[in-house]
Amino acid sequence: MKLYLKVWRQEHRDSKGGMISYEVDGISEHMSFLEMLDLLNERLIQKGERVIEFDHDCREGICGACGMMINGRAHGPLTGTTTCQLHMRSFKDGETVYIEPFRAAAFPVLRDLKIDRSAFDRIIQSGGYISASTGQAPESNSILISHEVTEAAFDAAACIGCGACVATCKNSSAALFTSAKISHLVLLPQGKLEAADRVIKMVGQMDAQGFGHCSNTEACEVECPQEISVLHIGRMNYEYNKALALRK
Amino acid sequence: MIDAKIPAGDLADKWNNYKDSSKLINPANRKKLDIIVVGTGLAGSSCAATLAEQGYNVNSFCFQDSARRAHSVAAQGGVNAAKNYKNDGDSVYRMFYDTIKGGDFRSREANVYRLAECSLSLIDQAVAQGVPFAREYGGYLNNRSFGGVQVSRTFYARGQTGQQLMIGAYQALMRQVSAGKVKTYTRHEMLDLVLIDGKARGIIARNLETGEIERHVANAVVLATGGYGKVYYLSTLAMGCNSSAIWRAHKKGAFMSGVSWIQFHPTCLPQIGETQSKLTLMSESLRNDGRIWVPKKAGDERVPNDIPEEERDYYLERRYPTFGNLSPRDISSRAAKERIDAGCGVGPMKNAVCLDFSKAIREQGRDKIEEKYGNLFKMYDKINGVNAYKEPMLISPAAHFTMGGLWVDYDLMTTIPGLFALGEANFSDHGANRLGANSLLQSCVDGYFIAPYTIPNYLSRELKSEKVTTDHPAFIDAENNVREQLNRFLNLKGHLSADHFHKTLGKLLYDKCGLSRTRKSLEEAIVEIRSLKKSFDHELKITGDDGVNSELEKAGRVSDFLELGELMCHDALQREESCGAHFREEYQTPDGEAVRNDQDFCYVSAWEWKGEAVEPELHKEPLVFETVKLTVRSYK
Repeated sequence: MKLYLKVWRQEHRDSKGGMISYEVDGISEHMSFLEMLDLLNERLIQKGERVIEFDHDCREGICGACGMMINGRAHGPLTGTTTCQLHMRSFKDGETVYIEPFRAAAFPVLRDLKIDRSAFDRIIQSGGYISASTGQAPESNSILISHEVTEAAFDAAACIGCGACVATCKNSSAALFTSAKISHLVLLPQGKLEAADRVIKMVGQMDAQGFGHCSNTEACEVECPQEISVLHIGRMNYEYNKALALRK
Repeated sequence: MIDAKIPAGDLADKWNNYKDSSKLINPANRKKLDIIVVGTGLAGSSCAATLAEQGYNVNSFCFQDSARRAHSVAAQGGVNAAKNYKNDGDSVYRMFYDTIKGGDFRSREANVYRLAECSLSLIDQAVAQGVPFAREYGGYLNNRSFGGVQVSRTFYARGQTGQQLMIGAYQALMRQVSAGKVKTYTRHEMLDLVLIDGKARGIIARNLETGEIERHVANAVVLATGGYGKVYYLSTLAMGCNSSAIWRAHKKGAFMSGVSWIQFHPTCLPQIGETQSKLTLMSESLRNDGRIWVPKKAGDERVPNDIPEEERDYYLERRYPTFGNLSPRDISSRAAKERIDAGCGVGPMKNAVCLDFSKAIREQGRDKIEEKYGNLFKMYDKINGVNAYKEPMLISPAAHFTMGGLWVDYDLMTTIPGLFALGEANFSDHGANRLGANSLLQSCVDGYFIAPYTIPNYLSRELKSEKVTTDHPAFIDAENNVREQLNRFLNLKGHLSADHFHKTLGKLLYDKCGLSRTRKSLEEAIVEIRSLKKSFDHELKITGDDGVNSELEKAGRVSDFLELGELMCHDALQREESCGAHFREEYQTPDGEAVRNDQDFCYVSAWEWKGEAVEPELHKEPLVFETVKLTVRSYK
């Protein structure tokens, strides 16, 4: 199969980028999208050109490193899929494919398709944890948690922090990412004690990082590779308002 | 002979004795001590967070853009702990014995016992952090079983246990960042270790975002950088997994052990093309309900569903009736290779076997199977476009976990004072084969419960040692060496990419030092790797500049893999026996089972670097078994 690629190339954080055209032939339908880029990069090396930089690591859909806009959609045309799990059987011979980095003010471009997502780490640092120091934990079966609650907490905890929700949101909101963490921790009995403080700090940090507000478009859920539900945003708002109302 | 410094006393008392007698450091003094932790997987994050909780200043390094992305995140199946929640006869001793036996009696009793002992606290710790392990309807924790054991001691969070434990450790780390006790250096790669007065006192790191070469000083350095299975290029590991940090420490004097003990995981997706970069792991837990078979007839061209029951060979159930589909990984992988080599493989490249859920679905219903393994079935469908609820999954063995790594003593300290190695980066607890669900355990207990005792014990002696700064000549020398290598890579006018060399090395190792080895194949491999290294030194081509440049990063890693690959062959050549993941064809029974030689090889090989293209020097740490009796490992 042969594809016509338009790839965003940008030298540095502050330089001006632009779309560059490439033709890639000899693509097999079994290749992953990233393996197709590997093939292109191998050819660029042969021509003496700088390779296209992109983030990737586990290539099995769980590390959250990969992510790019493919034809205007985060992680490409499939739902519930990371870029590394997108295979070329989803494209047609002769198709033109546009590849761009995830764009958000809080996610500056480092080079080509590589972006800086450290703002997510700072949101977690602001309170996205349970304050359990090592070595003094109680016997685990002394904390009973129903099967349903564990499963619900897991559904939220499954977020891989890839940033697709931000990239696809017209406001570049990090509400889905932040709310997934809020839900994960507030559903569990261990996380309840710090719930009010946590939600206020995390929402504050999310704003401070320059992410936009959620306006309930729900595009984030559509593009989330882990299919995290927007209902978590509802829970975050509820927890936030409750925390404000009860704040001493 | 090297000393593992195993504490005195009965096996069950050794760790308590150690803790009782280890030196403590006054909280006021802890603030004066800096520790570098390289790697932010389960071992690195948990160690960095715990040391920071204790009051030390920790600098944490990882090459990923966020600490949360370390490859521990990809482990699927579960984590073992001898809690005996199922009342099925489990105990610390039984877990210790299963692990020693699973490792084919090539690990230390004291370390393995400690691993089983600490497993109890780990589950409590993880639950306290909010790890959503599977629960029964009554609210109690649930368990399942893994290969090589007959009890249910594996705790799991769907098929994403590694991810959830990782997020717990990452959050603990982020909490300490917020408290100002940890400083994280993401997108940083350690390129050299700095020794002063023979002790580890810092690292040289490259900032992968700016290209800057940085010097970092500390009172101790911890390497928790994972395994090197990516040396085979096609493996279950992340693309960035590499051996550079441990290899560069090795070249500075740290010994490497058990280097050729590399586990080939039996349940991976098979290679289907030449441009493939990765072999995806399917959790071993699938073997609880999936049955493994191949057609009885070699060269059978029918699709699996068209092959009737009586023409299927459930070869694990046939050969190992007691353990069946849950036979340990090395045995299951070799059994698959044996059938594939016999011409019974299935799939487009005839390199796979069937993992069949039809019986389990018939008996338990699709819903139950979906609840247990749903995400794995979904992943299979994404990658292959095949619905495994309707036809068998095709699986194949792939390079996975490295039991080898830096040699460490009971303190998890390498042969360089002040340099510690945790998790998969050390050789320590698995012997010649790792049992399923023990890797997450080892990484976590090394980081949460062991290193936080042993590192302070070392540091208590360092309080009075001379203060050094990054202006020390040792830092300048190390930095110059790093710069020189990077410049050499950038200025080479070759015509072959780093990936080309990596793929060539990987194929060579897979064929000659992979699932099985012979004297002849290993001797050939050493010659061929040396020649490949020479070619790499002249024909490499790197484009781009010294800023963000993934090709430049790869070049350094491939250079190290080439040297490491050679050491793997030396290690496999020298060990004239078959044990665990190391199968020398010369040493097998008539029916193809491994023949171990306790008379001559009951030791850990510890290799010392003697220079490029010079034979490494072998040191031996004899393995002393006081509690268990060495037996022939049988799963029949």
